[in-house]
Amino acid sequence: MTGRRIGVAVAILALIAVPFVIGEVYYVNIASQILLYAIFALGLNVLVGYAGLVSLGHAGLFGVAAYVTAYLLAAGYGHLVAILAAIAAGLVVTAGFAALALRATGISFIMISLALGEIIWGLAYRWISLTNGDNGISVATRPAPFGLPLTSARGFYDATLVVFLVAVAACAIFVRSPFGAALCGTRDQPRRMNTLGYHVWMIRFWAFMFSGLLTSVAGILFVYYNEFISPQALALTASAEGLLMVISGGAGTLLGPVIGAALVVIVKNVVSAYVTRWNFMLGAIFVAIVVFMPEGLVPGAVRLWRSAWRALSRREAAVIATRPQP
Amino acid sequence: MTFWLLLTVNSVTFGGLLFLLSAGFSLIFGLMRIPNLTHGSMFMVGAYLGTSLLSGALGITLNFWLAAVIGAVEVALLGALMERLLLRRLAGQQLAQVLVTLGVSFMAADLCLMGWGGDPISVATPPALAGFLRFGGAVFPLYRLAVILIAAVVALALWLMLERTRLGAMIRAGVDDPQMARVVGIRVSQLFTIVFALGAGLAGFAGMIGGPILSVYPGLDQDMLPLALVVVILGGTGSLLGSFVGSIIVGFIYNFGQALLPELAYFILFLPMVLVLALRPQGLFGGQVL
Amino acid sequence: MTALVVNNLSKSFGGLRVTTNVNLNVDAGERRLIIGPNGAGKTTLFNLITGELAPDNGSIALFGRDITRTPSRKRTHLGMARTYQIITLFARDTIERNVTLALLGLSPLRWNPLLALDRQRHLNAQARTALTRVGLDHIAGRPLAETSYGERRRVEIAMALAQNPKVLLLDEPFAGLSIDERQDVRKLLLAIPRDVTIVMIEHDMDVALDFADRITLLHFGEVIVEGTRTEVVADPRTREVYLGE
Repeated sequence: MTGRRIGVAVAILALIAVPFVIGEVYYVNIASQILLYAIFALGLNVLVGYAGLVSLGHAGLFGVAAYVTAYLLAAGYGHLVAILAAIAAGLVVTAGFAALALRATGISFIMISLALGEIIWGLAYRWISLTNGDNGISVATRPAPFGLPLTSARGFYDATLVVFLVAVAACAIFVRSPFGAALCGTRDQPRRMNTLGYHVWMIRFWAFMFSGLLTSVAGILFVYYNEFISPQALALTASAEGLLMVISGGAGTLLGPVIGAALVVIVKNVVSAYVTRWNFMLGAIFVAIVVFMPEGLVPGAVRLWRSAWRALSRREAAVIATRPQP
Repeated sequence: MTFWLLLTVNSVTFGGLLFLLSAGFSLIFGLMRIPNLTHGSMFMVGAYLGTSLLSGALGITLNFWLAAVIGAVEVALLGALMERLLLRRLAGQQLAQVLVTLGVSFMAADLCLMGWGGDPISVATPPALAGFLRFGGAVFPLYRLAVILIAAVVALALWLMLERTRLGAMIRAGVDDPQMARVVGIRVSQLFTIVFALGAGLAGFAGMIGGPILSVYPGLDQDMLPLALVVVILGGTGSLLGSFVGSIIVGFIYNFGQALLPELAYFILFLPMVLVLALRPQGLFGGQVL
Repeated sequence: MTALVVNNLSKSFGGLRVTTNVNLNVDAGERRLIIGPNGAGKTTLFNLITGELAPDNGSIALFGRDITRTPSRKRTHLGMARTYQIITLFARDTIERNVTLALLGLSPLRWNPLLALDRQRHLNAQARTALTRVGLDHIAGRPLAETSYGERRRVEIAMALAQNPKVLLLDEPFAGLSIDERQDVRKLLLAIPRDVTIVMIEHDMDVALDFADRITLLHFGEVIVEGTRTEVVADPRTREVYLGE
């Protein structure tokens, strides 16, 4: 147990140290992106990994919070108002999503969520009087919580890191809670959970709301990071990328979505400097993972590590056994 | 008045095009129980391949129709390849299969960018149909009327195949009850490959046929896939009649929506789909529940 | 007081009648056995009683309270528990976690997203007690995937008993067990106090017959014979049902 605690402490220290170790602004920004997309992936993972409901419409929820923030800021409201309103709007839309999508499970759920995401995208794209359509909305300033400005790459990274750590902690607590266990139960044996006395629909609904909350937070960070929002961020591709993050990293694990987010962001930004077609790479990596390592990179790596360890111990034991007796 | 007439004809045309796209999607969904997320990609690839064939990729310049058919065959072969190499490995795992099609759609989009660049390619209307039909004071492009005819012919051909041939009977059996189909000796996995290839080929064919109307551009796949989804959900999976009626309905909603309520165009397009999924999951005509 | 009253219950799937006018009166503390050949509609009857299936006609009452339209989960809260014929447990979890989930189903704690489940000593102690009752507490920490079939059957029973049910529905609890395992389960079931009413579906006559107070014979969804063991065994219709005309 203490081994894990030390590991967590080391990881947190490493994350704090990132802007100091990596000097270049470009890479610090990549790190910020990884963290904010990790929050998005963690939110999606609540549904995909813990509830067993695959959503292809989460970019819509992401986008609602981002757009509301940008719109209110452009209308002259302060940051706090914009952020609170964005979260509220995100939660309202999430509740609507949930009420409709939870009528289905399995493949139907995927399709309803896809359609709902497309509806939100369509509104962002076409309701030009509200959203400026393809031209998007620009955000002039970033907030300065407690007087600390977030204009620099390092400053923004620090703020994002704090939010990320809170999000991870929230997810960790959630998973270990009775509600979290109940949610995983509805994923594995929904019928049995029903006869055990659980309200399966309600459990899924609240999980959806938690997912929507995390996704909205990620959306707000996104719009402050880019200082701009356009319908592109809500397109089906964006939802698909979110799914890629969760599944490639390992759905239903805490670390998986984070690693998956890092993978996708790095491929999109860093690798694309050397390899022009990063979508192809993303797709190819995803297909490879689904076919060869369907549990995801994190559990897959753990599995490989364990079997390598076992093979090594076996070999050692064999060697010892064949040694001449003294 | 002519405005409405033109809008109506365009709606039926678009509906016909959507039928060519969605019929394959519906068959694949009905038989294999997965929404093929590469279906939009197949439409796009068929269109791109068709344009290359049209401009002499094979050394000779082909006419429009040959280009469309050969392109479709190529897409069908690609579809068969994907089914055998990837989907069959994940037999029985529907979620994994859907995810694989998602991944392949990413790959296909970039491959098209690599092959044909980022600029939209306009497809010339076949010269024989470049003219117009004057009727009731309105001017209708001949090609658009031709698309309606082509869709009807293909619909008839598909119907005959499904109802009158052995292959069609096997497909219908597989759609109704795959377990039973296996028990009575139908080689379901082979059937999957055939149907997937057929669906892919139809989508590829539709892409080229749609070329003169929509042109070909990166992102065409993203535009067409959701439409196929809406058609199939409205009309019912695995139902040919459902695809036909659904396509016409969506064609109308799409065109009239764009013309009358541009700001809510996508909203009114997808809302019926959401409502159907939430209230009547088997679609308007489909028999089986998703 | 009658624990369970099923009144004229009927259910059809399309044209297929799976349950036809079934009447059942189970007294409190009774041990009722439901028998019948394969496809007789026994599990369907259970599904109707637990609420997993909605009847076309008829009513169900639990200790005098009409539950025909009560959702499944509420029936569990009213004191009904069941085991399944096909084992549907939580394969990813340990045995102890499986039982804890059963306990949690009736606890308001199940809505709590903040506390750590592992630290709920009261709940965990109850889980251990339930496992001791079925003789599995020595492997409480073992993942379900690494247990034997017989052990899983006992986990099912532990889960049902953990919920302190007033009416326990057991769907073929002896299915697939070895002779020794059957004896273990039989002893287990005999040890259940009479404040729990038990309705059991079983195929294995040897183990079940001497367990039951009354027996109901189902065939094609209908009650054919009902009575004490001697009555049912002696009835010519029983032989007909099992051996054909």
